[in-house]
Amino acid sequence: MAATVATVMTTMNPEVTSNGLGYVGKTEVEASGSSSTIVKKEEELEILIEFGGGLHLLFSQKPKHTIHIPCQIPQSDLPEAPDMRYLVRWLKENLLSERPEMFGEGDSVRPGILVLINDADWELEGELEYLLKDGDEVVFISTLHGG
Amino acid sequence: MAPSPCSLCHTARALVKRPKTGQQVCKSCFYSVFETEVHNTITEGQGIFHRGEKVAIGASGGKDSTVLAHVLTLLNQRYDYGLDLYLLSIDEGITGYRDDSLETVKQNQVEYGLPLKILSYNELYGWTMDRIVEQVGRKNNCTFCGVFRRQALDRGAAQLGIDHIVTGHNADDMAETVLMNIMRGDIARLGRSMALTTQSEDTIKRSKPFKYAYEKEIVMYAYFKKLTYFSTECIYAPDAYRGHARVFLKDLEAIRPSAIIDIIHSGETFVLEQSVQKGLKEMQTCLRCGYISSNDLCKACALLEGLEAGLDRSALKQGQSTLSVVPEGHRIIPRFERPVPIAVEGIERAVQSLAL
Ligand code: SF4
Ligand SMILES: [Zn+2]
Ligand SMILES: [Zn+2]
Repeated sequence: MAATVATVMTTMNPEVTSNGLGYVGKTEVEASGSSSTIVKKEEELEILIEFGGGLHLLFSQKPKHTIHIPCQIPQSDLPEAPDMRYLVRWLKENLLSERPEMFGEGDSVRPGILVLINDADWELEGELEYLLKDGDEVVFISTLHGG
Repeated sequence: MAPSPCSLCHTARALVKRPKTGQQVCKSCFYSVFETEVHNTITEGQGIFHRGEKVAIGASGGKDSTVLAHVLTLLNQRYDYGLDLYLLSIDEGITGYRDDSLETVKQNQVEYGLPLKILSYNELYGWTMDRIVEQVGRKNNCTFCGVFRRQALDRGAAQLGIDHIVTGHNADDMAETVLMNIMRGDIARLGRSMALTTQSEDTIKRSKPFKYAYEKEIVMYAYFKKLTYFSTECIYAPDAYRGHARVFLKDLEAIRPSAIIDIIHSGETFVLEQSVQKGLKEMQTCLRCGYISSNDLCKACALLEGLEAGLDRSALKQGQSTLSVVPEGHRIIPRFERPVPIAVEGIERAVQSLAL
């Protein structure tokens, strides 16, 4: 209980934690995802991932992750940058910690999960076909939890 | 993909694809269409509000009621509705779920400068949801919770002298309700639940200003505006039947976003048909607590009697026509009283009935 109260004290300043994502952020310090401790290599893309609407509960309770993915899809003939399809699969295989059916469906995310790429609705960005760039920010927000 | 321009202002970059219309809009046009549509819902025809009305926003700390509190505060200023707004929260007594979201409501109180009242199941019924679940198990907890919440909101509102309760039910919730009522064979309820505003003589007026607002847009709005809300699942797994309806709806929406509005329209059509036929049970007041009821005992009193008698989920079957004698040692719900007479309408109605 004491912990909850302390959290709320910090949230009294809306600038600190009102993230519009439905979780109480303690500080803006980057959560260190498993792969973020490793320095990004030349041939990798750095992608910032954020989970809202309760989705972070499926990802080791951490809302923010910095991940590094190869800048070309491995074992593929396509000389292309990884797309959102690749990212969703990567997240399922590398970052998802529980209840996979709550996140993915087929090779996409479950209906009811909103995706924003650099703050734009992914429906305007080509959804699964969007080609990722270094430094992209991708936000996943579940609409399925508590009103 | 090259960024596409907003289809309304044609200058800024489009950031949202509107599910209702397929329009691509920029952030500021999105705010403006979203807010204007809610304003239109509120003011269409006679409008749902009167100047000077005391309005309580049923606030859970979740996305819908938080966006509702924000938007109503804003529209009340922008269009000078002249409303006296309050936040009204119900504490069901669910450890680890409601505690956190109530903290969020307290923060909203500060952010929007609205007075807040929190009323708990514990103070009202002498039972928390935690204890109810302990006794009745995890199958029918939502039935208890739903009946108790509805009454708790009315009672909280009555204590504040509130004229009107607004809740954050959105278009997706409405469509889900249509499906649920159809799948339960409850067409009578379908009609009532589709109304933008409901009012019967002894209950407090209730409205759903977000009735036509898509969940997606509510979530986007909260995200872009960085509103403070809390998103979590109730630890007592909600109704599985409802869960399936929800997923089904989201699947339909993914294929054709207008499905949501189409289902609502279907539901509304049932209303018209239904207003022709009557046959709903006549309403009276609960002999024990004075709350509106179609039986001698209201649902909450009947459920409470079952709980107090130590019944498990058979408490659900507790009759509503029992004698009004309370078994010894049982708790009862305090009498429901509305301190402030139902303002002008009530008086007008009274005058009319005298004239007859
Ligand atoms: S899921 Fe059921 S028990 Fe939990 S808050 Fe909602 S109605 Fe109550
Ligand atoms: Zn615009
Ligand atoms: Zn009663």
